[in-house]
Amino acid sequence: MNERNDLLVALAGQQNAGKSTLFNMLTGARQHVANYPGVTVDKKYGQYSDTEGVVRTVDLPGTYSLTSFSLEERVARDFLIQERPDVTINVVDGSNLHRSLHLTLQILEMELPVVLALNMMDVAEGRGLAIDQAALSTRLGLPVVRTVGRKGEGRAPLRTAIRALAAADKPQTTKFPVTYGPLEPDLVALTQAIQTTPELTGMPARWLALKLLECDAQAATWVRERLEPAQAEPLLEQAAALSATFERNNGLDVSDHLVSCRERAVSNLLDGVTTDPESGRPTLTDRIDRVLLNRLAAPAFLVLTVFLIYQIAIVWGYELTNYTWPILAKTRELIAGVLPEAGFLVDPYTRSMGLWLVDSANTLLNYVPIFLILFALIAMLEDSGYMARIAFILDKVLHRFGLHGQSTLPLILGGVFAGGCAVPGVMATKGIPDNRARMATILTVPFMNCLAKVPLYTLLLGIFFVEDKSLMMFYISTMTIIFALLVSKLLTKTVLRGEETSPFVMELPTYHLPTVSGVLRRAFERTWIYIKKVGTIVVAVAVVVFTLLQFPGVPEERMAEFEHRGEAAVVAFERAMAGNAYQRLATAEHIGPLVNYYNDYKRAKLNASGAEGSRAVNARFEQRNPEYYPLVSRPKGDKDARKANRYLRKLSSERKSIRREMKEERITNSLLGMIGRSMEPVTQFAGFDWKINVALLSSFAARESSVATLGVLFQQDEDQNASLEERMGAETMAGGATALLGTAIILFFALYPPCLATTVMVKVQTGSYKWMIFSIVFPTLLGLGVASAVYSIGLATGTSGIAMMSWTYFSALALLLILGFLGGRSGRNLRSTSVDSTETGEVRA
Amino acid sequence: MPKSPERPALTLNDIRPGRRARIRRHLARGAVRQRLMDLGLMPNVEVILVRSAPLGDPIELKLEATSLTLRRREASTIEIFDDE
Ligand SMILES: Nc1nc2c(ncn2[C@@H]2O[C@H](COP(=O)(O)OP(=O)(O)OP(=O)(O)O)[C@@H](O)[C@H]2O)c(=O)[nH]1
Ligand SMILES: [Mg+2]
Repeated sequence: MNERNDLLVALAGQQNAGKSTLFNMLTGARQHVANYPGVTVDKKYGQYSDTEGVVRTVDLPGTYSLTSFSLEERVARDFLIQERPDVTINVVDGSNLHRSLHLTLQILEMELPVVLALNMMDVAEGRGLAIDQAALSTRLGLPVVRTVGRKGEGRAPLRTAIRALAAADKPQTTKFPVTYGPLEPDLVALTQAIQTTPELTGMPARWLALKLLECDAQAATWVRERLEPAQAEPLLEQAAALSATFERNNGLDVSDHLVSCRERAVSNLLDGVTTDPESGRPTLTDRIDRVLLNRLAAPAFLVLTVFLIYQIAIVWGYELTNYTWPILAKTRELIAGVLPEAGFLVDPYTRSMGLWLVDSANTLLNYVPIFLILFALIAMLEDSGYMARIAFILDKVLHRFGLHGQSTLPLILGGVFAGGCAVPGVMATKGIPDNRARMATILTVPFMNCLAKVPLYTLLLGIFFVEDKSLMMFYISTMTIIFALLVSKLLTKTVLRGEETSPFVMELPTYHLPTVSGVLRRAFERTWIYIKKVGTIVVAVAVVVFTLLQFPGVPEERMAEFEHRGEAAVVAFERAMAGNAYQRLATAEHIGPLVNYYNDYKRAKLNASGAEGSRAVNARFEQRNPEYYPLVSRPKGDKDARKANRYLRKLSSERKSIRREMKEERITNSLLGMIGRSMEPVTQFAGFDWKINVALLSSFAARESSVATLGVLFQQDEDQNASLEERMGAETMAGGATALLGTAIILFFALYPPCLATTVMVKVQTGSYKWMIFSIVFPTLLGLGVASAVYSIGLATGTSGIAMMSWTYFSALALLLILGFLGGRSGRNLRSTSVDSTETGEVRA
Repeated sequence: MPKSPERPALTLNDIRPGRRARIRRHLARGAVRQRLMDLGLMPNVEVILVRSAPLGDPIELKLEATSLTLRRREASTIEIFDDE
């Protein structure tokens, strides 16, 4: 220890005991806290300073014990053994002391200095449970501190206890070693063997001996790493022999024996320490569950919850965007004002690129209010304890298709019915203990209805399915989960076959009232992840797409033609203005700015709300340029101004149509256009022409780009009032497109690969580029296959788009039901088969 | 593992909601066995089968202060005493 007296402190304890809460309380950090077992999966560092120095603090994942079976246990155990923290805070759930102390005894066996934090004491006391802290402390020989993490109680005493323990000169030895009855002689023998091996001195000998007797795989690895084989093997053989003899003589597994010895020890320890007058009486949680988990009522409550989330976050959230959108629009105007002014035919690159970026970002930022509400509601579900119940209710269905009860949270975040975002969804798969189900969840979350898919759906419905809008919307929003379950089943049976599985054994936490700060913090954090995605990946890709659309540009001789037409229009304007009172404005230096002024004015008027807003616009423009103003405001009685306005309108619309043609030419010639065209031979079977290909390509950046790109491809004049729907409809219909094409696009889009940000998250969560590439290639092929099949069959049989959609939907549903039913049958057969932990669980009927 | 002689032993999968049972032994091994024990499902411990999920699986158990849920598949590996 150095003179500044810095410390390393670890927080260890069982799942959901409140470790992360206490960690946040001690360090002021913002670790994720949720009323759900197994939230923290990796260790997290933080620190605080007290008068003596810096205290580095580590939040460990929750573990029920310290074997090497699960990842969390390995993470926690490795840390405790290898880092040997100066102080370990063992966080225990005071309302569930008996079970918690099993872990405490194991930590003590590691010969670590321990402070016992009796957390959740509000719950314990509320239940009438009394704990004699002094007695507990004396019996265990440990400092015991009472804490209520949720209310921030116990920070100072905890910090004091940490310092006091660290300052104690003689290392703490527990007054409470567990004795292991008939195993004790073997244990002593092995402990001595370990103690006399110098290479193993750093290790707590008795603990290592226990682990070796338990035949713990990782403990054996440690021994092999530290010792020469000539030394290691005899030691391991000795342990194995002792353990085998014990099992033969006692008819009992060593691990089982250890657990039952600890169980006896805990019972003795607690005898007279706790009094629980109301033991056996139903708790508040029991009473709530009697209603919420009632066989008949449970599905209704679940549906109600999902509906409420949908209604509050999506429906009302959208209404909120009516208030936030003007802010974004105003920002765009501000930026547009700062950027160099538009040219007559060609705009400076800084302008067009700047506005492109702002538009791309704005489409995404528009969802921020929705996400804030959505994530706050989900955090409330998590923190209250209901999320764990949802997992309980849905596990059977999800499990049948290769998922897991705990896939619920990722699927909800991804947007099962309501709309969400796959990035936090994929992130939330961390806590799923079953690896195969976790992989299946990661790969299917992107099929959910991410909010960004909605604009394209809305657009397509507006073009092709005006009459069947609500039916199509129903199909789209329920189709995703059907597809996801089918895909998950498929993947589980094929590529994921070999992945490790583990059972669904989970504690149902007690209900807590969610804390305001916790919920808000969580909502802001997840929304921030989303905003970061907008700020980084989406903007970066927007630049790439912009560049691919700009180059190589309009060919020179065509450009000359356009310029010629532009000049002709200007000349015509000048000629018309001859003799007009405003003729002085029809000169080269004025015409450009005048046209821009005219367009800005029209757009401002269009966006202005009410007579009040309209007057404000007038005032602003009069102030901006009093000289030009009469030409746009057309004062009564000023005949010349009215005439000039008419000529100006003509000039402006001619300019627009030239610009539109130029843009179209530019995109047709552009690199992205070429790529889109080169894909036509493949995508023609799905009915996609190059424009749609380009849109779908750009939506890989972020789904919402698809609509933006389509907007560019089906260019509009700035003041043309035709919406994108009308333009695209007119153009594609003219090209012979039908609702069948709409269906093909929608199906493709529903199965479309995740956006770039999500694939990055897939890489993070699976830790492999292989899976990341798979998450792109597989859905692309699947989507293209389904879209092509539907389009080709529809075309061949002359079936309409909506009919093909219904066919697809009900075929998928039928397949789902058949698989679900068959899965059920084989599930029942499983009961009679033998069970062991490594079995993958796939026994054919 | 010695096989039970005549009829198959009762497991947690065989009792109805609301019933109590005392755990006899686990048939599962390795990680699953360890997890079940860690959660408090040790031999001789009394549990109550509180309910099964609306679709019949998984089930909820109560022992002392904790509620646990596990699938029927795992429940069928936990043998109970046939006392009642
Ligand atoms: N009533 C009450 N609730 C608490 C207390 N401390 C924490 N909680 C709540 O208990 C739940 C679990 O807290 P976490 O800090 O996430 O638990 P953890 O030990 O980190 O859990 P894992 O990371 O899953 O192992 C959260 O809902 C907390 O708000 C407390 O003293 N009293
Ligand atoms: Mg935690």
